[in-house]
Amino acid sequence: MATDSVDPELAARLQELGREPGDTVKVDEIADVVDSILSTMQGDLSAVDVKLYEELESLSRFITEAKTDIAALRPDEVKDEFLPKAADELDAIVEATAEATNSIMDAVGEIEDVMSKLKGKNADTLMDATTKIYEACGFQDITGQRITKVVGALHHIEEKVDALLNAFGDEIAKYKAANPKTAEEPVAEEKPSDEDLLHGPQQKEAAMSQDDIDALLASFD
Amino acid sequence: MAVDLNMNVLIVDDYQTMLRILRNLLRQLNFKNIEEASDGSEALKKLRAKSFGLVISDWNMEPMTGIQLLREVRADEKLKHIPFVMITAESKSENVIAAKEAGVSNYIVKPFNAETLKGKLTSVLGEF
Repeated sequence: MATDSVDPELAARLQELGREPGDTVKVDEIADVVDSILSTMQGDLSAVDVKLYEELESLSRFITEAKTDIAALRPDEVKDEFLPKAADELDAIVEATAEATNSIMDAVGEIEDVMSKLKGKNADTLMDATTKIYEACGFQDITGQRITKVVGALHHIEEKVDALLNAFGDEIAKYKAANPKTAEEPVAEEKPSDEDLLHGPQQKEAAMSQDDIDALLASFD
Repeated sequence: MAVDLNMNVLIVDDYQTMLRILRNLLRQLNFKNIEEASDGSEALKKLRAKSFGLVISDWNMEPMTGIQLLREVRADEKLKHIPFVMITAESKSENVIAAKEAGVSNYIVKPFNAETLKGKLTSVLGEF
């Protein structure tokens, strides 16, 4: 890019940006460069210059507002909390369906043991039924493969959000510091709302066992 | 020609559930000697260590996929005659073409049923 007619400080800045590795430039740096361009536009301005100035000013405003809007979406939480949680839930589905499928096939194995002692029509009927069960159990393989693809897509989204966070630098942290969430979070002593109680099935490591639940119930007696 | 139900059959899949389903369906077809492998490289080791009359393999496995296994089998003088059936969820025509070009004996798309399995094995091995 030709930078001979540009303010030396700005030219040095642009050259520095051009030397940075990778294809992304932080949003803060773009905003600084736009500000620098605006501040170097001195002297008599033509109508075209004024129009350009207005467009650049509008762009600068847009970037600043977009930064605030995106920071308000808290993409760091999406990356650190929601995406990994979604992937864990999907992995749990695969694990649960595999366990259930194996239990079904264990039961079919027992039926087959009995079947081997039968003859004639009853044996044929049981054979047909067990074959259909084995065929149907193939759903677990297909489900697992589909879910694995979705988990791959989630990892891809995670990478994109990570790139977004890097582009924003410390903008998100600044926003969070200026807009703490504490007002929205229930304090420990408050009773959770009905909506807060809708967690769905828990991951094994987070779930209470029946013994834990019995003990908790007994503690009220 | 009747199928030799005493031949060694190798089933290859990275999903234990699918291996179990295949084993049971093959057992119901009266195959007596069924061995398992969880990917292409394990399968290749078994194929080189013992005589097999049939390979039934999934496509998507790591580190060696089903198509890579098929190419290795067809490139090996001692193994290239073994019937090789692919059972996979990959149902795009480009997959089927690639498998055919690599020398697959037959191709079954998941989910499949016992009748399809028996029909394809009959076309590869002969009548049961």
